[in-house]
Amino acid sequence: MTQSAKPGPSADPVIRMSHVSKWYGHFQVLHDVSLDVRKGERVVVCGPSGSGKSTLIRCINRLEVHQSGQIFVKGLEMTDNVKNIDTIRRHIGMVFQNFNLFPHLTVLENLTLGPMLTRQMKKSAAEDLAMHFLRKVRIPEQSGKYPLQLSGGQQQRVAIARSLCMEPEIMLFDEPTSALDPEMIKEVLDTMIELAESGMTMIVVTHEMGFARTVADNVVFMADGRKVESGPPEEFFGNPREERTRAFLDQILKH
Amino acid sequence: MSSVPSSPLAAPAAAAYDPDARLSALAWLRANLFSSVWQSLLTLAVAFVLIRFFWFVLDWGVVNAVFYTTDPDVCRAATGACWAVIAEKHRPMLFGLYPYDEHWRLVLMMAIYLGTVVLSLWPRCWNLRFLVPLWIVSSLSIGVLMFGGVLGLRYVPTSEWGGLPLTMLLFTGTVLIGMPVAVLLALGRRAPLPVARGVSVVFIEALRGVPLITILFVAVNVFPLFLPAGVEVNKLLRITVGIAIFFACYQAEVIRGGLQAIPRGQYEAAASLSLSYWQTTRRIILPQALRISLPAITNHIIAAMKNTSFVIIIGLFDILTATTAVMQDPLWRKFYIEAYLFVAAVYLFFGYALSLYARQVEKWIASGRI
Ligand SMILES: Nc1ncnc2c1ncn2[C@@H]1O[C@H](COP(=O)(O)OP(=O)(O)O)[C@@H](O)[C@H]1O
Ligand SMILES: [Mg+2]
Repeated sequence: MTQSAKPGPSADPVIRMSHVSKWYGHFQVLHDVSLDVRKGERVVVCGPSGSGKSTLIRCINRLEVHQSGQIFVKGLEMTDNVKNIDTIRRHIGMVFQNFNLFPHLTVLENLTLGPMLTRQMKKSAAEDLAMHFLRKVRIPEQSGKYPLQLSGGQQQRVAIARSLCMEPEIMLFDEPTSALDPEMIKEVLDTMIELAESGMTMIVVTHEMGFARTVADNVVFMADGRKVESGPPEEFFGNPREERTRAFLDQILKH
Repeated sequence: MSSVPSSPLAAPAAAAYDPDARLSALAWLRANLFSSVWQSLLTLAVAFVLIRFFWFVLDWGVVNAVFYTTDPDVCRAATGACWAVIAEKHRPMLFGLYPYDEHWRLVLMMAIYLGTVVLSLWPRCWNLRFLVPLWIVSSLSIGVLMFGGVLGLRYVPTSEWGGLPLTMLLFTGTVLIGMPVAVLLALGRRAPLPVARGVSVVFIEALRGVPLITILFVAVNVFPLFLPAGVEVNKLLRITVGIAIFFACYQAEVIRGGLQAIPRGQYEAAASLSLSYWQTTRRIILPQALRISLPAITNHIIAAMKNTSFVIIIGLFDILTATTAVMQDPLWRKFYIEAYLFVAAVYLFFGYALSLYARQVEKWIASGRI
C-alpha cells in the first residue's frame, strides 16, 4: 500500500463519540462506546449480527438517539437542538443496506432533490453536479431511469452518488454490499475504494474483510453492544488480542 | 397461434390451426359453466333470465317506446317507455329552480367548468403557471355567470341555484376543500407532535361515527348559533364545507393506509439528506402514499359525487332532487322511471368517466409518466 493511495488522516477528530450508551426499552444496545474518527480516516466496523453496529453509526447522524454519553461532529455536539442536527447532517452522507432510493423519482431527480431543496441550488447546477457524480460511479447513462429499473449494484452506486451530491465531509456506510448478489459486490466496493482514495472520511459497517484490510486505517470489532477491540488492520487481522475477535475472524475468514 | 378466434362454434374449423385453442375454449366452458348438473342448470337459468331481461329492455325501451311527443296522452297509450318526458322536462331537471330564461348561463358555465376540469386532469397541463390563472379565470367567469348582478346579467341568489350545475359545484367544492383537509388529517394522525395526533384522531373518529345528515344539520342549523349576531355565512358554503369535512374524514383514513405502506428507509434517506419534515412529506412521502391509495381515493371521490344530493336539506335541488320535484307534475308523473333513468345515466356518465380517468392515472404511474 503506497502512501498516495492511502493519505494519512490528520490529527483533529471530526467525529468524537465518548461513552455512548443506548437502550431500547430495558435492552441496552450500546454499552459505553467511545470512538474517535479523524479527518480522512477510514474506519471499518465489524462484528456479529445484532451487535449494535448499525445503531452505532446511526447515532452519528441521529437516525437513532443515544441516551448517555456525547457525540461531537466537527466540534458540534449532537443534542436535541434541531439546528445542530441539521448542521451535522449536512456534513454527513449515509448509504444504506437497502439503498433507500426514492422509487418515484428518476435517478437524476434522486440526485438533484437534496442539493435543490437544502442547498438552494438551481436546477441546472444541481443536474451538472449530479451528472458529475454519476460519472464518478460510472453510470451516467442511467440518469433517466427509475431506481427499480436498475440492478442492485447500480442502485447502490446511485445511492452513493446521491449522498455525494450533498458534498459531505463524512460518509457512513451500513453494510452497503450485504443486499447485493456476489457479482455486484465488486462494483460497489470499487466505487468505495475510489472514494477512500480521494480522501473522504468514512465509517463502513461491513463483513468484507478484504476491503477492511486494504482500505481501513482502523478496524473496530463490536459484540453485544460493546466495542471489544480496535486497531490498524495489520494488527487487527494479524494479531487480534481478544478471544471473541479471534473467534469472529476465524468464522468469517473461513469462507 | 392465439390470434385465431376460438369460439366453440367455430372449433372444428379452427382445430386444424390451433387444437389448443379449441381444447381450451371447450375446457373453459366445461370447467366454468357446465362442470356439474347443478352448475349446468344454473347456467341455463341465468341465461334464461338474461335473455328475458334484454328482450324486455328492447321491447319496453325501444320497440314500443315513445321518443318524442309533447302530449302525455300519447305516452299513456303506448305500452313502452316514454322517453319524451326527458325532452319535455330536461330543463327543470338539469337546471332546477334557476330562472328559466337564464338557463343559457348555466350551459355556458358547464362548458367552462368541464373544459377547466378536463384541462386540469391532463398531465401535459400540470404546470402551476398555467393551472393557477386557468382556475382563477374560470372561477371568476363561473361566479359571474351563476350570480350575475354585473355586466347586465340578472342577479340570481344561491337559493335559486339547482340541478346539474349545483351538483358540479358541490362536488368540486367537496373535493377541493376535502382533499387537502384529508391529507392534513392523515399526516396529523401520524405526526411526531402528540397534539396534532390527538386533534386528528378525535376529529376523524368523531365525524366518521355520525351520519352525514347529522353533520349537515349541524352545519346548517347549529353552526349559525355560534356566530356573532349579524355575521352570516352562506348556506350553500356551509353545506359544501359540511360534505367536504365528512369526505375528508374517510379519505384521511385511506391516505393513512398509503402512508403506512411507505418503508421507514424512505424517511431515513430523506433525513440523511437533511430534508425537513415538510420537504420529506411533500416530495418523498405523499407522492408515494397517494399513488398507493389512488384506487381507494377514487372510490371515495365517486361516492362524494353522489353525496351532493344532500343539499335538499337546505331546500336546494341538485339534479336528483330537482327530478323528484319535477316529476310531481300530474300530467307526466306516471313516467318517473324514465326520468330517473335519465338522471342515473348522467351520474353513470360522470362516475364512469372518473373511474376511467383513475385507471388511466394508474397506467401513467405504472409507466413512470407521473
Ligand atoms: N427499533 C428497535 N427496537 C428494539 N430493538 C432494536 C431496534 N433496532 C435494533 N434493535 C436491537 O438492537 C440490537 C442491535 O441492532 P443493530 O444495531 O441493528 O445490530 P447490527 O447492525 O450489528 O446487526 C439487536 O439486538 C436488535 O434486535
Ligand atoms: Mg445492521
